[in-house]
Amino acid sequence: MSRRRDNYETSRWKKFLRWEAGEIDPLEQGVEIQVPSVRDREKASDPGDVFPFEDIEESGMYGDRHEEDEAVLKSRGIRFFRRFYCVMSVILCLGIISVLLWTVLYLPPFGNAANPANNEVPMRYLEKGLEETGAVNAVTGMILDYRAFDTFGESCVLFIASCCVLALLRIDAASGDREKKRLMDENDRLFEPKNDIILQKCACVLVPFIFIFGIYIILNGHLSPGGGFSGGAVLGSGLILYLNAFGFKKTERFFTERVYRRVTVCALSFYCLAKSYSFYTGANHLESGIPLGIPGHILSSGLILPLNICVGLVVACTMYAFYTLFRKGGM
Amino acid sequence: MSFVQNFPFFSIILAMFSGIVSSVLSGRRARDLSLCMIGITTAMSACVLFFCRETGESYTYMMGHFPAPWGNEIRAGVLEGLTAVMFGIVMFLSVLGGMNDAVEDVEASKLNLFYIMIDLMLSSLLALVYTNDLFTAYVFVEINTIAGCGLIMIRMRGRSLSAAIRYMILSQLGSGLFLIGLSILYDITGHLLMSPAKEAVAAILADGRYEIPMLVVLAVISVGLAIKSGLYPFHYWIPDTYGYATPTASAVLSGLVSKGYIFLLVKIFFRVLGTENIIDSHMVNVLYIFGIAGMLMGSLHAIRERDTGRMIAYSSVAQIGYIYMGIGLGTEAGVIAALFHVFTHSATKALLFISAVGLYDVSGGKRNPESLRGAAYRNPVAGIGFTVGALSMVGFPMLSGFISKLLFATSALQSPGKMLPTLIVLAVSTTLNAVYFLRLVISVYSRRGVYGEEQAAQPKSSFALRISIVCFVVLNFILGLASQPIVGAIREGLSMFG
Repeated sequence: MSRRRDNYETSRWKKFLRWEAGEIDPLEQGVEIQVPSVRDREKASDPGDVFPFEDIEESGMYGDRHEEDEAVLKSRGIRFFRRFYCVMSVILCLGIISVLLWTVLYLPPFGNAANPANNEVPMRYLEKGLEETGAVNAVTGMILDYRAFDTFGESCVLFIASCCVLALLRIDAASGDREKKRLMDENDRLFEPKNDIILQKCACVLVPFIFIFGIYIILNGHLSPGGGFSGGAVLGSGLILYLNAFGFKKTERFFTERVYRRVTVCALSFYCLAKSYSFYTGANHLESGIPLGIPGHILSSGLILPLNICVGLVVACTMYAFYTLFRKGGM
Repeated sequence: MSFVQNFPFFSIILAMFSGIVSSVLSGRRARDLSLCMIGITTAMSACVLFFCRETGESYTYMMGHFPAPWGNEIRAGVLEGLTAVMFGIVMFLSVLGGMNDAVEDVEASKLNLFYIMIDLMLSSLLALVYTNDLFTAYVFVEINTIAGCGLIMIRMRGRSLSAAIRYMILSQLGSGLFLIGLSILYDITGHLLMSPAKEAVAAILADGRYEIPMLVVLAVISVGLAIKSGLYPFHYWIPDTYGYATPTASAVLSGLVSKGYIFLLVKIFFRVLGTENIIDSHMVNVLYIFGIAGMLMGSLHAIRERDTGRMIAYSSVAQIGYIYMGIGLGTEAGVIAALFHVFTHSATKALLFISAVGLYDVSGGKRNPESLRGAAYRNPVAGIGFTVGALSMVGFPMLSGFISKLLFATSALQSPGKMLPTLIVLAVSTTLNAVYFLRLVISVYSRRGVYGEEQAAQPKSSFALRISIVCFVVLNFILGLASQPIVGAIREGLSMFG
């Protein structure tokens, strides 16, 4: 038995009832970014050009629908429907959760040696993986050699995700948004501490180690746990830390959008061409002529090392690009 | 091994590679590359189709040095080749027809991103068609989803952003359910490759073990893919998505993307879960009921809609309902009719979206029926295209829609329990289709309103748009008049699935 509680007003049930009645919005304070007050002043002097998507609503073809929606929202039937909808959504989610949990009870027990998943497929990965792929790390051998086509698909997922973010958030000087770009550049430093000495000193110490660690994870992907995806994420976070400490002026000396594009295209094209060659020779039962080397050496396991480097570069660039695009709409 | 057998692999990789290269090209170059690539891949798919028809059997293709179940594998047969050819043709004509509007709708510096998404969309569609591995299917479903979101939101105007968000949420829900289904299936069968997974499923069913997980797998995979293709109760993302995207994107999304998922569902039903299993678990009945509901509700919504783009989008809801109804009949004839309707609908819906653009262009960009009055006189090619598309959707003889309705009706006769409701709903839905489509056709051909406006000021629609409309009309007539070989090929392909 739980303790009796007197403060009914702050209890979860009461909160749920209020949310269901539409009085409070639980996401209101948790998600929204608090806009600095400087921006409000700027907005007053320069209406509607600070926030990049503000004018979309106004230029939209269906602006007049909003008033209609307001009127509809106030009617009683709709209010009832909204309450009904909230309750039903909770019930539906609970229903799906319970069905899925119930299913888990009937699945084979976790870690049991007699499970159907422990069949000849993982057997061969573990027993012959070293001999066939040359990779000491069986996971890398699996994702970059046995199932390399899936992994190529995954890197394309990253590539297309970054393309979508570019399309959504990049502000181009060329297409008439020059003013907007200037404002975004100016606003950029408002959100960040300017030349924070503690951050800079810490970054000076940490960033080289982070980079070296990231490169190590990528290059040793076929020998020890790690590989392109994890190492690339480490590299990308190092770049982001450096950018936060020193600002865009410093990073632009070695990493601009042009570099980003070239690196991504080269890495993905190399992956595509190398793997196409390997698939083609494999399917047609030809000798690929790629030496596997001595297992355990850094230059071994055929194509896995270069592919790991490609994946790592793509991941690092994608992470950095996401950060800069969300921050100021460009690199 | 003959060289042609490499073509499915070549076409997937070529589409991906041109997407990657497009990121450093200008918009115009990216467009040219995209059109070239789509042409080449379609030709390759046609070669695969003829090769498989000649040899009379399907083949699997090893992706790498390791044989299946260890490595990845793709599979090509008559049905895969035919679907890839159809998808390629529709994609080519949609890109061709919408390319001038894409220049207007998309910022100039982002045009190459648009074509990257088109390229990767095609690669993922081809991979969904050719895949023989469940996890490869999931990876390409992901690419397909993200590319779809990108295609919708790149317009950045009006409601397209909110439409993209809605699409993303529902589509991710569908992908998530699909992934849960695959994980459970892997847990109880131990295979991701389709052929060994099918054997394992048969063994499990014979033993009577894992009954409940199997049922959940069936439900979750079907519902996940149904959400992604917009079956009736999950259709809320369709009208905004198709209605407010740039024309190429609307045509591609309505004509191809949802069809890719349906094809995948049919493939999983036939090649993994087994048709008897599907029928015994009554999953077909669920799909059938939702399909029937979609046929009616989609048409009713379309009748109430005032915006032409959204009206065509609601009509898609009805047509997706037809397809699921065909699958839900649970007979081979029903599936053949559904697959034929997949082709019909992708050719016709893309034609409607593209030719409607030609009509908006000459009506000052407005899309309500009053403004479109007399538009067919101002742009005759688009008017003819729209009329052919509308008549095909209604089921006019000689056009592809007629054949699919005929196939649905004849296949309904073979499944006694479902015959009466199918025939009644088919008749009602056809009438409703006629109500909203012919209303618009009459309105674009009505003389009133033509004289009031100054005709000289109206912009001409582009040459590419007209070419694309003409080709789509021809495609519709081919599907309608030469349907026998196509139906035969579908039947042959389905028997290879087994």
